[in-house]
Amino acid sequence: MAEPIPSLELVERVIAGERRAIARMLSRAEAGLAEAREALDHLYRRAGRAHVVGITGVPGSGKSTLVAKLAAAVLDTGRKIGVIAIDPSSPFSGGSILGDRIRMGEIAGHPSVFVRSMATRGALGGLARGTLEAVDVLDAAGYDMIFIETVGVGQDEVDVVRAAHTTVVVSAPGLGDDIQAIKAGILEIADVHAVSKGDKPEADKAVSELQSMLALVLPAAGFKRAVPVIKTSSPRNEGIAELLAAIDEHREYLATSGLYEVRRQSIRERRMLKAAQQVLHDEFERHREGRMAGVIAELAAGSISPQTAARRLLAHIGIEVKR
Amino acid sequence: MSNIIRVIIAKVGLDGHDRGVKIVARTLRDAGMDVIYTGLHRTPEEVVDAAVQEDVDVLGISILSGAHMTIFPRVLKLLKERDAEDIIVLGGGVMPDEDAAALKAQGVKEILLQDTPPESIVATVRRLVAERGPK
Ligand SMILES: Nc1nc2c(ncn2[C@@H]2O[C@H](COP(=O)(O)OP(=O)(O)O)[C@@H](O)[C@H]2O)c(=O)[nH]1
Ligand SMILES: [Mg+2]
Repeated sequence: MAEPIPSLELVERVIAGERRAIARMLSRAEAGLAEAREALDHLYRRAGRAHVVGITGVPGSGKSTLVAKLAAAVLDTGRKIGVIAIDPSSPFSGGSILGDRIRMGEIAGHPSVFVRSMATRGALGGLARGTLEAVDVLDAAGYDMIFIETVGVGQDEVDVVRAAHTTVVVSAPGLGDDIQAIKAGILEIADVHAVSKGDKPEADKAVSELQSMLALVLPAAGFKRAVPVIKTSSPRNEGIAELLAAIDEHREYLATSGLYEVRRQSIRERRMLKAAQQVLHDEFERHREGRMAGVIAELAAGSISPQTAARRLLAHIGIEVKR
Repeated sequence: MSNIIRVIIAKVGLDGHDRGVKIVARTLRDAGMDVIYTGLHRTPEEVVDAAVQEDVDVLGISILSGAHMTIFPRVLKLLKERDAEDIIVLGGGVMPDEDAAALKAQGVKEILLQDTPPESIVATVRRLVAERGPK
């Protein structure tokens, strides 16, 4: 048996764009290994150039197919493209079937494309644990644009919005749940809307419905920028260049308006808080049978409230909460 | 080093049956593994590229078209070229015993014929990953 390569030894190879090293580092980011943290910190400091684009929408709306087409369009501009495709894990076994690669076709083998599938593994919010560290890895490895595909059917999209510079919401005619999606607040989270399956006869109606809905909702929600609605057809390769142009324009808009730095800082702060939550969670699990046992017993007996127990948990790891 | 077993399941070649591989994919998922399914009619190049990018422990290829004696050697060669020989290659489908023996001699770790029960597929994957050790 060969010993695993230490993560720190992978850092330079990742930066050099070596595919096996990138792939291995992505696994370690996903697993949240303590051994990989220092290496991931190095990569984080090398990252920060990539344009991170979230692609979300209900299952079957055509996201994966569209991402494959967009990837080809990005390649045509001479950029390197990374894709992280996230699917939910089975709540029963913790395992998952990751099927987004089916739609990627041959583009996934292009030397300037890297596609990686990830499972949510029970993480809330649609993103998998380690997704953002995985983005850092691809960013440090020189991928110019990184798409994160997530299944969104409600509150789930929110996490991807908070992680991406640009969010694209994909909808499609004939799924029967257009109204549902809108109820779930999908309208406001998009920087760009894509209506896929534009080759279907009902597509124009879907586009105009979406446009009138946006005209109603966005001004009320204080939006200053008009949100583009782009009709695409993946089999006909229509609207793909326009969609990429709209994504690039949004990046420009962020830069010229000064919002890019604001968004980046809010992503950093959110990541900090998520990491802190994870630490707390892991500490609790680690000390469940040990130092935390007393608190848990009192909680079980009903002699303390969850609020009080939470403060005791924090005190155990050295955080004193005054309030 | 990470503990969840990642498997890629691929169909290479012309045959258009994916019922079997889908059942295998579900079986492995239900055993707690992450299973990447690539769909039908993949080329050896596509499958090996996917296995490398996904950093899988196991690459399972099902072939029912009879082309196994050309496809598996090609896959093994591509893995070698990409410095990815540590990826465990499993074969599935139908083939005569002497072909299975020849492929195992070339580096395919195990051939699981079409009537292999699901539990034994899970057990084989776990055993081979354990024998390889942490990655
Ligand atoms: N007619 C048509 N079908 C499409 C289009 N895009 C995707 N599809 C089909 O819609 C289904 C779901 O596509 P997929 O990309 O997997 O959707 P996802 O679940 O959102 O990732 C597949 O059967 C695709 O072939 C399109 O532009 N036009
Ligand atoms: Mg998809």
